[in-house]
Parts: sequence; structure tokens; C-alpha cells
Amino acid sequence: MTGLSIENISMRFDIPNGGSVQALEDVSLHLKEGELMSVLGPSGCGKTTLLNIVAGFLAPTGGQIVLNGHNVTGPDAERGMVFQQGALFEWMDVRDNVSFGPRMKGQKEAQWGEHVDHLLDVTGLADFKDKAIYELSGGMQQRVALARCLANDPDVILMDEPLGALDALTREKMQGLVLKLWKETGKTIVLITHSVEEAILLGERLIVMAPRPGRIHKEYQLPFADMGVNADLREVKHADGYNQTREEILEMIWDMEEEIMGRTEAAQ
Amino acid sequence: MTGLFILFVYIAIFVISSLAVKFFVHRTTKDYTSLKTVTFGDESTVRPNRIASVISVATVFLIWGSFTGSAWVPGFTHAPAPFAGETAFTYTLEGPDGARDDAVVHVRVFDFGDDVANFEVDPGVGLARDDAVTMTASRSATILFDKNDEVDRKAGAKVVAIDGVEIGPDAPIRTDAGRFALTAKGAISFAPPRGLQMEPIWLPPPEAVVKRFIDISRNGFRNYLLHEHLGISLFRVIAGFFLGALVGIPLGYAMGLSDWFRGWFDPIVEFMRPVPPLALIPLMIIWFGIGEVSKIILLFLAALWIMAIAARSGVSGVNITKIHAAYSLGAKKHQIMSHVIVPNSLPEIFTGARVAMGVCWGTVVAAELVAAENGIGMMIMAASKFQQTDIVLMGIIVIGIVGFGIDILVRKAESVLVPWKGRS
Ligand SMILES: Nc1ncnc2c1ncn2[C@@H]1O[C@H](COP(=O)(O)OP(=O)(O)OP(=O)(O)O)[C@@H](O)[C@H]1O
Ligand SMILES: [Mg+2]
Repeated sequence: MTGLSIENISMRFDIPNGGSVQALEDVSLHLKEGELMSVLGPSGCGKTTLLNIVAGFLAPTGGQIVLNGHNVTGPDAERGMVFQQGALFEWMDVRDNVSFGPRMKGQKEAQWGEHVDHLLDVTGLADFKDKAIYELSGGMQQRVALARCLANDPDVILMDEPLGALDALTREKMQGLVLKLWKETGKTIVLITHSVEEAILLGERLIVMAPRPGRIHKEYQLPFADMGVNADLREVKHADGYNQTREEILEMIWDMEEEIMGRTEAAQ
Repeated sequence: MTGLFILFVYIAIFVISSLAVKFFVHRTTKDYTSLKTVTFGDESTVRPNRIASVISVATVFLIWGSFTGSAWVPGFTHAPAPFAGETAFTYTLEGPDGARDDAVVHVRVFDFGDDVANFEVDPGVGLARDDAVTMTASRSATILFDKNDEVDRKAGAKVVAIDGVEIGPDAPIRTDAGRFALTAKGAISFAPPRGLQMEPIWLPPPEAVVKRFIDISRNGFRNYLLHEHLGISLFRVIAGFFLGALVGIPLGYAMGLSDWFRGWFDPIVEFMRPVPPLALIPLMIIWFGIGEVSKIILLFLAALWIMAIAARSGVSGVNITKIHAAYSLGAKKHQIMSHVIVPNSLPEIFTGARVAMGVCWGTVVAAELVAAENGIGMMIMAASKFQQTDIVLMGIIVIGIVGFGIDILVRKAESVLVPWKGRS
């Protein structure tokens, strides 16, 4: 079976001073190949934990991850990751960062050079390929992270708030870029975000998670990502149903946040 | 006294030059910094004023020159010099019978370092007779005025006044000629005005220090030329530091990567870290003598812990997302080591190297002060035993300049090799 299966994943963290946190409880879902799923949820509901388990950085306390028919047991180049920030290698220039994956596989430049240069072109980094990372703006750095991930040609791309640290304008441009790359490469993408708009615009599929224990609260199938591939993202925001979906999800998350606050207040 | 006066002069120059520069130079500057509203806690707003640095250095030399009577600073800036030359005073002798007579003491005060030549005067006649005395500037002289007098102190004669001013055993006086007091046995203790300048034995003028610099560069000190002393000290530092880094960096990496290494060496490193290397000097001398081996082992130990701790924190300080990113890009363990962990630790290692170099330089000088046959520290110590203050000062200045040079070099190397330091 192709695609990414998350099967009955549970994660329990033991806290050093005794007790434990149930970060995830029995989370199951299946992603078809080439699907783009965005994940929303209040802070602390286990989004990052879920992504880290899929990436193989964390071993779940229950359940399993199956990708294209085989079990995930650790990190691997088939599952690429784009972090919010701080994951680039400052001691390499832009091109060396982007070509890191192929180079680690022992490939010669003849094998990856063209692909890497193409990705630098697509992400608008061609003029900066010899620049040092610290000479780039935050938006450029995220484009490098994106290109680096794609250069490795993974089956699944996992993104944990990749645009969270960017200003609104840059963020909008980057959203367009993500959509474009998604369509071009046909990758399976899981995108965690705190922005409801971003989740709706980019997610073909959208799941809202609920906290304590972390679980899937609601799932949507949305048309906006497909529209966005061919149209301006701002126009998509005027499309039928966009606002309604947005309000609905906002309210949902708002209620959850309120409940969390209320609970902590009561606990105090 | 002089110290307070120097401090006052220094503060005065600080304030006046600051006001003057503000008034004449920066009156019209309106750069970006001066337009900022946030001027505290923002490092970019406070950049050193280079004019201030130049004036600061010039001030040190000016004060140094003026309080040592240096020929290199204009004469009018000189602090009052100690009296030198000829002077004279009259003392009034009173015999046991109450008879009084005056006599003149001629004093020749010689500059420090000049040859003192005795001279004679016609003693004249009377109860008290004239005397001729020689002495060195800034000192006091005990004048046995009665050697040629008709009645001496044994016979009950005593001095009752100097230049017409009454003086007693417990009542010292001050006249234009200088300070006078009577010793317990009734002799005159005379000190001509000392002025405000330092004696060369406390603080030689800059030209004396430069002269020494040239002299020792050419003719050497204790069998070694200056650059040989310096070269030997530098060799010890570099050898000790290099060995310390050679062992310390891999040790630090091992401690950062393996719990067994960490557990094994933690107690040793944490114990040795707070022990100042200077405290090891006696042990090194007992174990290895005062030769090269002893010094290099000392510096090795000084650098070892610093480099190990720097490498350890360089490794443990790696951002976990970088490791995760490398793993999910398909890197193997050894590739992560060489492509992520090692380069990521370089800034920390350079910081450690800067500290270690500084500590080694300080330690080598101290070790040479204690016991050595050569080296810049030995030069200072040997010179101080003979009160060759100019050599001591020259050595200190050379040590400072070389230490500063080392730091600049490491910083330059740092900005070339780890340009991303502090910018990510
Ligand atoms: N290593 C850990 N040890 C203990 N508890 C952990 C650990 N990692 C996460 N948790 C807990 O698991 C829960 C989920 O954390 P997670 O980071 O997955 O949340 P999140 O949804 O990504 O939040 P955010 O939106 O703020 O990033 C939290 O309650 C957190 O405290
Ligand atoms: Mg998170």
C-alpha cells in the first residue's frame, strides 16, 4: 500500500519529577501519495510530537507509522523535514546547504548539480548560492530549507511551522511557493501551522487536533489548495465557503484554548 | 601625595579633552547613532571614540614623562623637579654657656646618577664654622655640622635656629632651602625640596625604558637578547597550548558524545578547572625542575581543561534541530559528526583558544618569575632584584603588547575561519 499511514499512535512522556503527559492518544490517519495535509490545534496538543514520530526522531509508546508498505523505525532521507528555524548549517554556503543530502549519499556533483541549481532557480536563490547563511533574510533562509529538503527528493515532506517566523508579506509569497512546489513535485506534505488561514489555503486536507490527550478532533477536505495552484492566493480568500470554514475552525480552536485556560485557572 | 596629584591631573585631562572634543570635533556630527532613540543596552550605539583612545594613550605618556622629567615631553609640562644644585643655610649654634654664633653650611645637591664630587669651603672663624656638604637629590642628609666647630655637641653645644628660624629636637622646620629636623643626637637632618617628580628608581622616564629596550635587543640580558627571551616564552606558550588543544579538544568531544567519558572525566575536569595554573608551579618545579619540560607541562595543563571544556560545550551546545535535519537528509552518524558537530563546535573552541592563550601567556610569565634561566618573566625578576626598574617596565610593556598581539591574531583567525560566529 502506498502513502503514509499513522496507525494508533500514542505517546506518553514521563516527567522527571514523577507523573507523565499523554501527548498523543490513539491517533490514526492515512495520507495518500501526493496529498497535502495541514495540521492545526491549540498549543501543546501534540502536533510537533506527532511530526517527530513520523520523522522518526521519537519512538511512539504505542502504534506504528507505515510508509509505502514498510515500518518507520528512525529518521531517513525518504522523510524530509523543514523546521521553523535554526536548522541550516551556517558553516556552509547556500548551495552546499541545498546539496547536503545528495552529498551525504556520496553522489558526485554531476549527479546533483543540475537538480540543485534548478531548485535554487525555482526558490529564487540563484543569485545567492555562494552567500553565507547569516547573510540571508529569514524568508530566504526558509527557502533554502525548503530547497534543501527537495534536493534530497524525499517521499514525504514534514513541515513544522516553516513560515511561523516570517512577516505577513513574505509569508504570503512563501505560501504560494509551497503550493507551486507541491504541484510541481507531487510530494506528500504534512504542514503544521498556527495560522488558520494558512492551513485552509494550503491544506487539501486539514485536521484540527485537540489537547489532553492529543487527538484528532475534526477533519476537513478543502478545495482551496487546488484553486490556489492556479490563482492568486488573495483571490482564493474570496472564494465560496472560505470565510465560513475559517470562522468555524477559529471558533473551534478558540473554545479549546479557553477550556485549557479555564482548566489551568481552576487548577491554581 | 604625588599619587593623588597624578590622579587629579588624569581626571582633569579626561574631562577637559572630552569637553573639548565634543565642542570642536563632534559639534556638527549627526550620524545615524545620534538619531536613535534607544541608546542603552544596544551595543551598536556605543562604539569606542577613537579620538578618546588616542588622547588616552597620549595622556599616559604625557603624565609618565612629566612626572619623570622626561626629555621627550616639553619642559613646561614637567612636574616640579627635586632640587639639584647649590644651596646654603645658616645655623645658629649655642654653646653651653649660652653664647651664640652663626655658620653657613654649603650644600651641593647632585642629580640621581651623577657623580658626587666633594668640595671644600673656608671654615672661617668663631664658635661655629662653615661646612661643605654633598648629597643626592630627593634624599635627606644628616649633617654633622660640629666637626669643625669650636665647641661640639659632646661639649654641650646645640643648634637652636636655622636661617633665623628656631628649631628644637621635636620641632622640625621648613625654610626656602628645604626641610630641617634635629636627630636624636642633635645633628641636622636636611632634605632639599623633593618636587613632585618620581625618582628613576621608582619610575624611570620613557626614554630610559626605550634605551633599555634597544640595549637589551642589541646586547642582551643574562646571555640572551630580548627577542630570544621573548621567543623562548612564546615557544613555551605555543608548545603548551598546542599540546593542550591536541589532547583537550578530542577529550572534550568524547565527553560531549559519550556518557562513560563524561562520567569518567567530569570529576577530574571540574576539579582541575578552578585550580589556577599558578598554583601548580611549585609542584611542577618539584616534579620536573625548572627547565623546559616543567614549563611546557604547566602550560599544557593550563590549556588542557579550558580546551576540553570549550570542546565539550561546543558539542553539547549543538542545536538538536540541526542534528535532526542532518538525519532526515540521510546523513550517517559519522557524517553528522564531521559535517555538523565538529563545525558547529568551532566557535566555542575559538572562544576557548582565546581564553587559553591568554591564560598560558600569563602563566608562562609567572612561571618564569618563579624560576627560569631565560624568558621574559625571568628578565623582569632578575632586573627587579637589582632595582633596574627600567628593565622591569620595559618587560611589562613588551608582555602587554605581545599578549595583545596574540589576542588580535586569534581574533583574526576566528573571523576568517568561523565567520558565522555569533550571527546565527
Ligand atoms: N520531551 C518531552 N518531555 C515531556 N513532555 C513533552 C516532551 N515533548 C513534548 N511534551 C509534552 O507533550 C505535549 C505536546 O507537545 P508538542 O510540542 O507536541 O505540542 P505542539 O502541539 O507542537 O505545541 P506548539 O503548537 O506550542 O508547538 C505538551 O504538553 C508537552 O508539554
Ligand atoms: Mg510544536
